[in-house]
Amino acid sequence: MASNSEIRYLNPPQAEQKRKKYCRFKKSGIKYIDYKDGDFLLKFINEQGKLLPRRLTGTSLKFQHKVSQAVKRARHLAILPYVADGLK
Amino acid sequence: MSKHYETVFILTPVLSDEQAKETAKKFKKQLGDLGAKIVSEEFWGLKKLAYPIQKKSTGFYHLFEYTTDSITLVNELEVAFKRDERVMRYLTVALDKHAAEYAEKRRTKIKGGEGVPFKQPKKEKSNA
Repeated sequence: MASNSEIRYLNPPQAEQKRKKYCRFKKSGIKYIDYKDGDFLLKFINEQGKLLPRRLTGTSLKFQHKVSQAVKRARHLAILPYVADGLK
Repeated sequence: MSKHYETVFILTPVLSDEQAKETAKKFKKQLGDLGAKIVSEEFWGLKKLAYPIQKKSTGFYHLFEYTTDSITLVNELEVAFKRDERVMRYLTVALDKHAAEYAEKRRTKIKGGEGVPFKQPKKEKSNA
């Protein structure tokens, strides 16, 4: 296994610029997340139909609760699947 | 102070279009009799379900939006849903002020846009 010392970089790989994440609901002033609107909710679930975590979407805690409640209601009404593959 | 409620329910696709509307009318009448004020009613028609319910992959979606004071009225409606085997699934949601405002905006958008399918809105000038 090549020891680390042999790997030399031209310039040290600095982590890519961390851009400030913001809560899209606060910014756009959305107050209520509708559970009937399937294609809007698709933005908050990944390919398998699972909810995206806050660290990826950057939403605030209050709206993450609203999103998760809306998604769970949509799943109950078969607007969104519980499990899916290749949803998008 | 009357609270806003919104109920969405799914009917089995076995019924014809007419029967689906019939059952919806039955529930609407029950709501009316018990003293709820029905704000709006929508019929989304036959939609594909995201996963099969009772071995069926499509269903008639209906939406009722109403205001009432007594919570028992909502419970009776849900008991009626439970008893009726044509109803595959139902969900009743209490609307807070943001939700009610959103529903209001959504209704005007639908009326202004392509119109609520089942009820021919009278041709008022749409500002949307």
